[in-house]
Amino acid sequence: MRHLLSIEDLDRDAIERIVAQAERFAEVSDREIKKVPALRGRMVLNLFYEASTRTRSSFELAAKRLSADVVNFAASGSSVEKGESLKDTVLTLSAHKPDAIVLRTPWAGASELVSRWCAAAIVNAGDGKHEHPTQALLDVYTLRRRVGRIDGASIWIVGDVAHSRVARSNIIAFQRMGAKVTVAGPPTLIPRGIEQLGCDVRFTLDELPGADIVYALRMQRERMSETWVPSLREYASWYQINGSRLGAHQVLMHPGPVNRGVELSGEVVDSPQAVITAQVEAGVVVRMAVLYELLAGARDAAPAREQPRDAPAEVPAVGAGQLA
Amino acid sequence: MSGREPLVHAPRPPLALLLRDVRALDPRSGIDARHDIRVRAGTIAELAAPGTLAPDAEEELIEGEGRLLALPAFFDPHVHLRTPGQEHKEDLDSGTRAAAAGGFAGVIAMPNTDPVLDSAPLLRSVRDAAAREAHVAVGFLAAITRGLEGEQLTEMAELRLQGALGFSDDGRPVQSAGMLRKALQYQRLCGGVLALHEEDPTLSRGGSMHEGTVSAALGIGGIPTVAESTMVARDAALAGYEDARVHFQHLSCAASVDAVADAKARGFRVSAEVTPHHLLLTDEDVRGLDTRMKMHPPLTDEADRVALIEGLRAGTIDCVATDHAPHARDEKEVPFEQAPMGTTGLETAFAALYSGLVLPGTLTLELLVARMTAGAGLFGLATPTIAPGAQADLALIDLDAEFIAGEHGWQSRSENCCFAARRLRGRVLLTLVAGAEAHRDRATAAAGAA
Repeated sequence: MRHLLSIEDLDRDAIERIVAQAERFAEVSDREIKKVPALRGRMVLNLFYEASTRTRSSFELAAKRLSADVVNFAASGSSVEKGESLKDTVLTLSAHKPDAIVLRTPWAGASELVSRWCAAAIVNAGDGKHEHPTQALLDVYTLRRRVGRIDGASIWIVGDVAHSRVARSNIIAFQRMGAKVTVAGPPTLIPRGIEQLGCDVRFTLDELPGADIVYALRMQRERMSETWVPSLREYASWYQINGSRLGAHQVLMHPGPVNRGVELSGEVVDSPQAVITAQVEAGVVVRMAVLYELLAGARDAAPAREQPRDAPAEVPAVGAGQLA
Repeated sequence: MSGREPLVHAPRPPLALLLRDVRALDPRSGIDARHDIRVRAGTIAELAAPGTLAPDAEEELIEGEGRLLALPAFFDPHVHLRTPGQEHKEDLDSGTRAAAAGGFAGVIAMPNTDPVLDSAPLLRSVRDAAAREAHVAVGFLAAITRGLEGEQLTEMAELRLQGALGFSDDGRPVQSAGMLRKALQYQRLCGGVLALHEEDPTLSRGGSMHEGTVSAALGIGGIPTVAESTMVARDAALAGYEDARVHFQHLSCAASVDAVADAKARGFRVSAEVTPHHLLLTDEDVRGLDTRMKMHPPLTDEADRVALIEGLRAGTIDCVATDHAPHARDEKEVPFEQAPMGTTGLETAFAALYSGLVLPGTLTLELLVARMTAGAGLFGLATPTIAPGAQADLALIDLDAEFIAGEHGWQSRSENCCFAARRLRGRVLLTLVAGAEAHRDRATAAAGAA
């Protein structure tokens, strides 16, 4: 594995391998000295174009526990605000020869682009509303620890699916691990065509009692200004996971940060069914496993590559028109 | 109302040329047979049976060997030459060089420049520049509303007198039905075609690609096809009510084709164009997030593509237009959602459509040529034709020549072509504009010298 750009690039075996490695690292977290020398001398660059507390600190902690050097580069207050393009920023930072770049941007496909511009291993820490693969991996890890087998489980992802990279990565990852995934939310926040990813779509929570795992998504307040839903109050009355909707047998997940009283009621956040803090804990060990997978061991001498996009050998001819 | 000569290009000495034994194909004059064609003093001097004309001493001879194809040169009613103001993307020289390389003898430039082409002095200065620099004939549309703001009409009558072929706010819709209606009414005074970019921004806002399964999978905001088709239907109704002449730009979906067909069935004076990329590509081509695949309207799905092909075949869609929209490399070398909309198209239009639609048998070559030349007539201009005495606007093409688009670079100043790196057939060897050489392929240049 050279980069982690999309959960789609990982088959079940690869997911299992990373989860198993994370389990080994979990043991490190319980030691008094929470550090292993696996990535000593390596440099990890956190390049964040969006505000993020937990993802960034979790990557930073993961890298430090592996003894890597960490540089944090936040887009605000930097040359980015002076109008530097993503490419120029990446080329400039590449001069420091990072071994890995952890990238968070508001733009779909940005990490894939960056992987073509520099020699570092790229970890997608969220690209727009597209994907957030390490979140999916830590969610799989958390579920495995909590329920054992994911195969055959019914997982409901509830809320603002349209604007959620977590939803997209998890729809793919959970299905790859053998679960049946249903997405539910207001029709304005379920993107047309999402069922093509293999999930079911529901607009009410009537069938929620059939779920084994309930994964609530964050309802971003800024969506209100764009009138995606009439009011947060109405949203909560139809889609909030609360004590009357969450069954005793069900596991509750949430990517954080939680809006108490909106997508989750306070009581369920604090209930024994919730694994929300376990997800945060899992974030560090799973990201350790990802960095270890990408950086440990023999790396090929990385060629400086501006890969030609247009390799003529692979070009298909323009598709023939097929008329009914 | 008619003012100055509608098309301008730089004066160039006409060639004395004999095309011997070429396959001459012209859907309008109904010929498709081997001919000798003599070009002299800017016109087609003689059209004769193959092998019957002998070259004069001062005449250049090109042997067609019964194989090379001579066509009336193409006409593109929708290009962006980016002049004035964005010459780093394209200018009159590079843009018309690209047109000539694609076999076009004429193009119509859109007014969404910087500043916007919305006043007579500006139109005059750009036309004067085109008369010095342009390699092919260029006509200009002026803006419908000042600054494309949609709030106040431009001085349409004066703009017409200064040579505007018509009007367009292309790049943006005229969002207010009331504003568009005033422009349609005013057309009774000033004439000229109103070319409309149809999009309801309340439906398209926040979108970067076609709304469908691919946008859902990528998490990219989608633009629903109804953002276009509802506006086509609205403006067709307005055009019918005002008996105005309206041209719908770059149709992208089945519902828009239906709306145009309905308007035509009612006898409304509407016409429509479609781009090569909407005829050949779909939102599946956006999956890799290649910014060259980002354009407005976005690439739609396979059912829409098939409907567009059917619309073009049936004549509901009158012509092909490239919507040649150059952007500089650094502007396109950004994440997909940040990238500007647009693909270049002049240099690949014929080869892409020939390879993608004619070779597989979807459309006939004759129909493709008809639709690639029909844009001129829609704007009241003479359609290039192959007939004795006609102006020599010709494209000479080698249908067997295979090439990889962009392999030797581009004539355009920009390289954001959605067909780049595709293997295409049908190379334009020579383009004549009024009998003068506007483009000559290197291979032909070498053959001519030998």
